[in-house]
Amino acid sequence: MSEYTFAYLDEQTKRMIRRALLKAVAIPGYQVPFASREMPMPYGWGTGGVQVTAACLVPDDVLKVIDQGADDTTNAVSIRKFFQRTAGVATTEATAVATIIQTRHRIPETPLTDGQILVYQVPIPEPLRFLEPRETETRKMHALQDYGLMHVKLYEDIARHGEIATAYAYPVAVEGRYVMDPSPIPKFDNPKLSDSPALQLFGAGREQRIYALPPYTRVVSLDFEDYPFAPTKAAQNCALCGASESYLDEVIIDDAGGRMYVCSDTDYCATRRGLGHRGAEG
Amino acid sequence: MTQVVQAEAGDLSIFAKKKYPLLQVKGLTKRYGARIGCADVSFELWPGEVMGIVGESGSGKSTLLSCLAGHLAPDAGAVIFETGAGPRDTVTMPEAERRMLGRTDWAFVHQNPRDGLRMGVSAGGNVGERLMAVGARNYGTIRTAALDWMARVEIAADRVDDRPAAFSGGMQQRLQIARNLVTGPRLVFMDEPTGGLDVSVQARLLDLLRGLVRRMGLSAIIVTHDLAVVRLLADRLMVMKSGLVVESGLTDQVLDDPQHVYTQLLVSSVLQV
Repeated sequence: MSEYTFAYLDEQTKRMIRRALLKAVAIPGYQVPFASREMPMPYGWGTGGVQVTAACLVPDDVLKVIDQGADDTTNAVSIRKFFQRTAGVATTEATAVATIIQTRHRIPETPLTDGQILVYQVPIPEPLRFLEPRETETRKMHALQDYGLMHVKLYEDIARHGEIATAYAYPVAVEGRYVMDPSPIPKFDNPKLSDSPALQLFGAGREQRIYALPPYTRVVSLDFEDYPFAPTKAAQNCALCGASESYLDEVIIDDAGGRMYVCSDTDYCATRRGLGHRGAEG
Repeated sequence: MTQVVQAEAGDLSIFAKKKYPLLQVKGLTKRYGARIGCADVSFELWPGEVMGIVGESGSGKSTLLSCLAGHLAPDAGAVIFETGAGPRDTVTMPEAERRMLGRTDWAFVHQNPRDGLRMGVSAGGNVGERLMAVGARNYGTIRTAALDWMARVEIAADRVDDRPAAFSGGMQQRLQIARNLVTGPRLVFMDEPTGGLDVSVQARLLDLLRGLVRRMGLSAIIVTHDLAVVRLLADRLMVMKSGLVVESGLTDQVLDDPQHVYTQLLVSSVLQV
């Protein structure tokens, strides 16, 4: 513990990140550039999220880390251990108890509450990137609120697939101003972005961008009048806890095409099982 | 002035009275360092009029067109456009407004359709982009407009979901024209619209352009080095050399009775079959 500064990053770096965070909170959905540091993990493992978490942590925080909703996957376990070792903070798997939740590609099923911070790991923060490769041009498009191109992408989806086939990283408009990539969360989670009592922070380490949604920010998923936005999930119920309202993972369990659907949020599933809920295979 | 303000947006009848020029260019100058791109160009373009700009390669035609269309910032001069709400200098207007003008009242047809199209987006998406950029949010309406415009430029409806990469050069150019005209612009800038196409396709494209320009009452500025194109499309002609306008007048007058030495050379250089 004593070999490290609290939460690994030096104090000047944390101040730099906090300044970027303040700016991001002041301009919801705007991508603030920041001087992303090398972290002791590869890009793509959440270097942006880790830096944001490090800048937000205080000693009496309770940290929860999830990866695709699960507390027990490699990415979640290693980041949780990283902060246990470098910050000595308490950790938890229970969404309701945590004060900071770092997440990769999911929003917990348990509704977030006042005072909680949700930190997203973001691979590519620019929603327009795959349509317009030039950074100079995308910045100008954000500045001029020139977002017609985003709908061209959705148009292409409908023309090709008969519906808006974008299932994750579904673009949203924040408070009627900036169009934002909510990181690769399933579009099932998009409605939870809006009007959340928790502070939502997004960190992209490789791309060196931070953006944020302050509590109770209005977030609207883009769509067409005749093809409205619809969150989707697998039609089944969770095989373990029987939940019908939670986002499910499809798990292949043998070589004969056998599969089961289970909650991707492990804490939610375990809590329900603790309360006596049982699914088909629970 | 008051007449213009009182007229409803989109009502073009006031312009048909030809009281105000659609575009007034005053002393437009663009330098590339010590070199002149174009210097001290002034002219007026009236509603429904088609102006041709001819000259050799490097004479400043394309520089002038880019300055007019707001793609390049001129070093001096004014480009005053008669918007629905009165004349505005487009050189000094905020970029957001200029962009909005660029996708509503203005259109720009590039010489190479690859510059004007999104090659990774289907034909329908290409035509619909301008509509979505100005706020269309109904898929059915956008699609109907795209199909309508593809028919007007003679592209089969079953190609609506194909990408432009699968189109021939002539079809790509026609698609680019459809994409530009879908928002009903009043002024179209064209940079060598028929360059790089073979002769029979050129003829068809010119026929199509002439029909569209006449039927929609468009004003257009066409940059080309092909005198046949301006003879067919343009009412008036400007001849440029070394960044300067050396001669201008009615197309037939300039081509049939060229006054300037360079124009005489240009006209006499046309190959006869």
